[in-house]
Amino acid sequence: MPVDQSLVGRAYPPTQPYAVSEEKVRAFVATTGATYDGGPAPATFPIVLAFEAMNAFLEAEQVDLFRIVHGEQRFSYTRPIVPGDVLSATLTVASLRQIGGADIIGTASEITDADGLVVCTTKATLVHRGADA
Amino acid sequence: MSLAPQAFTITRADLVAYAEASGDHNPIHQDEEVARSVGLPGVIAHGMYTMALAARAVATWFPDAEVVSFGCKFTNPVVVPADGGAEIEVSGEAAEGDDRLTTVSLTVTCDGQKVLGLPKAVLRG
Repeated sequence: MPVDQSLVGRAYPPTQPYAVSEEKVRAFVATTGATYDGGPAPATFPIVLAFEAMNAFLEAEQVDLFRIVHGEQRFSYTRPIVPGDVLSATLTVASLRQIGGADIIGTASEITDADGLVVCTTKATLVHRGADA
Repeated sequence: MSLAPQAFTITRADLVAYAEASGDHNPIHQDEEVARSVGLPGVIAHGMYTMALAARAVATWFPDAEVVSFGCKFTNPVVVPADGGAEIEVSGEAAEGDDRLTTVSLTVTCDGQKVLGLPKAVLRG
């Protein structure tokens, strides 16, 4: 079933505050075979927040995660993320179109710190292949 | 300026570790049957994992730089076999702009085929 066109422009509730710890950054860095020795989190670390926001969005719209393939991801950073940050992501559906039975969902997530200041904005394109596609 | 290419191997174990660290537990990155059921050729790497490896390459080339922006399209899946793994190569061209920002245009390939579309990082410092 195609995703409802009326979702464009809809913002979802912010994700629960997420405390960035050295342990979490270290585990993320370790997956790439590198060693974390302090300092900012890697450039793609904000996906942890964005992904949680996306999961909440998919759940709210009853879309199966396994039918989603990632089409595009862009990050713009206001400042580096460091351990000690407490972050939250707010997702908005930016665009929606259907191509060949697939929904092409454009999302924008704003990642803010405990003071409400934007740390990073990130845009994703999600390709949803419906069961009947 | 051309940057020295960097090679990475992606194994199924890496995908399990990445799922845990990132929270992305989409079964298409773990389960052959689910992946095939949605028309994929097999278990594929998280696009974000390939992007994380590209970010690691950028951080290796420019260890002290602050990343201003980073983005790409995921144009071809990286299929990760159960035995061995998938070989990724990250190469890059760096250009300094008038704005004192450095743009790194990346090429990320698996078996010689580009897997990311126009991956680009903009750096400060």
